[in-house]
Amino acid sequence: MRQVFLDHQSSTPVLPEVFDAMRPYFTEYFGNASSLHQHGLRVRDALKRARQQMAALIGAESEEEIYFTSDGTESSNLAIKGAAYANERKGKHLVISATEHPSVMNSLEFLEKQGWTCTRVGVTPQGMIRLDELEAAITPQTVLVAVHHVNHDIGTIQPMREVGQICATKNVPLYVDCEASAGWLPIDVKEWGAAMVSFSPHRFYGPKGVGVLYRNRKARIVSVIHGGVQEGGRRAGTENIPAIVGGGVAAEIAQERLSQRVTHVAPLQKRLWEGLKLNVPYIQLNGPEPGPDRVATNLNLSTEFIEGEGQLLLCDMNGIAVASGSSCVSKSLKISHVLGAIGLDHALAQGNIIMTLGEANTEADIDYVVETFAKIASKLRGMSPMWDEFEHGVIDSVIAPTGRGKSFSQHAAEVSGKPAH
Amino acid sequence: MSETYTLYNSTVMEHFMNPRNMGDLKDADGVGEVGAAACGDIMKISIKIKDGRIEDARFKTFGCGSAIASSSMATELIKGRTIDEAMSFSNQEVVDALGGLPPVKIHCSVLAEEALKAALEDYVKRNPSAAAKAATTDSVAA
Ligand code: FES
Repeated sequence: MRQVFLDHQSSTPVLPEVFDAMRPYFTEYFGNASSLHQHGLRVRDALKRARQQMAALIGAESEEEIYFTSDGTESSNLAIKGAAYANERKGKHLVISATEHPSVMNSLEFLEKQGWTCTRVGVTPQGMIRLDELEAAITPQTVLVAVHHVNHDIGTIQPMREVGQICATKNVPLYVDCEASAGWLPIDVKEWGAAMVSFSPHRFYGPKGVGVLYRNRKARIVSVIHGGVQEGGRRAGTENIPAIVGGGVAAEIAQERLSQRVTHVAPLQKRLWEGLKLNVPYIQLNGPEPGPDRVATNLNLSTEFIEGEGQLLLCDMNGIAVASGSSCVSKSLKISHVLGAIGLDHALAQGNIIMTLGEANTEADIDYVVETFAKIASKLRGMSPMWDEFEHGVIDSVIAPTGRGKSFSQHAAEVSGKPAH
Repeated sequence: MSETYTLYNSTVMEHFMNPRNMGDLKDADGVGEVGAAACGDIMKISIKIKDGRIEDARFKTFGCGSAIASSSMATELIKGRTIDEAMSFSNQEVVDALGGLPPVKIHCSVLAEEALKAALEDYVKRNPSAAAKAATTDSVAA
């Protein structure tokens, strides 16, 4: 069976060059960077080189602005909590977009329980942050604005230059989560005037176990993990040298191959969406159309009258790896908060599938996915009471309303005795 | 890939991939459609009653793999049962027959129990004589 990995947003395979670069740091150069002997000094050198590679990827001035953490989640925890605690005396208010990654959302919730307040700025139906609302949300007590570069669910590219300008005018530091964009879109921390930026090499063919936080010299943060004086005192704990070395090499390669990678996946993204649109009735793309407002790797789809987990499982049984933001897939039984924030109808959020492309995907893969997905959709529709009820005019389609029948949500509320969330 | 990993055990996967009794019954004697408040999914069970027994059952499900497998298993289990027996059907039976479900997915099997009971209630409503009988059973059970 053909195997098609379409979940590159979750992770990517480590490149052979990256793996080769890492290998000696497990066995031969195993030293701890804090040691003062040959073994320690050697890996310190490797750390510095990796910092330079990371700095180059995002246009940072110096490698001294690069901090290594364990992953993207730790980086955003450090950025948010670190800035909040460091600037407590200035004020206890933070501003974020409503569609940030859970590591940002939940760090905020944690702070809110301790007396901070937070404003979540709304987004357009395409997932674009509302700039006027952002501007209005910033108060003299605001110590940090957090806006992601590319949305992890729906691939929307945020207007970072405008966001940066607003923050500069209001003189509030800006933290940009670049997890979903690093390696796939050019990043220039100076152009945005970003105080902090985070990303993870495992999203662009580097290893897991390393996260990066860029911090502009002027941005104040305190450590949230306490121990030794690693990473300039801002992140205690022994550095994961092999992962950092591999991450550095992956960053260097990503910079070299960025346009080549995008040139490869962008046509596949279009082919996939065009193919699905043509072969699967009542399917919708969430977020902007493929083009300048959407990252070239991501498609976020809603297939009406069927639920996402079933689609995901059947894709998997056919060799296709995808993700879903449906409530049945989440451990909390809630739909993805991003889908909620763009105002997606519950029926469509339930039928959600996320496909994310990478450099190994081919045109033949895409054609196989289109063909297989069309079969999966009709198999699940055959089992779905909603499809039946739609065909009999009991409920209406959200994607292409016929004007007959009630809404799915109304129907769901009636049979469950509770409004759908 | 040499091995296949699955989210659910092989029985659940088998029922999900090849569901039994999927569809509707033309002249159903009772139809129950219920929704899960937790995740917003919907299940419909149709039954055919003959001589006080469930002669046939069909399901349609808008829901996760566990919900589809649960409805498939539930319709298998209840065929041949008397109305009284079916009235005391519990989701635990479905879970056991499926060889277990992940804790977060137990509610999907509850949906199957509720859909079946809604179908029985519908039958009872359509057949008041059966309703009287069901009521006696209820008081006995209580
Ligand atoms: S039906 Fe939604 S979690 Fe099972």
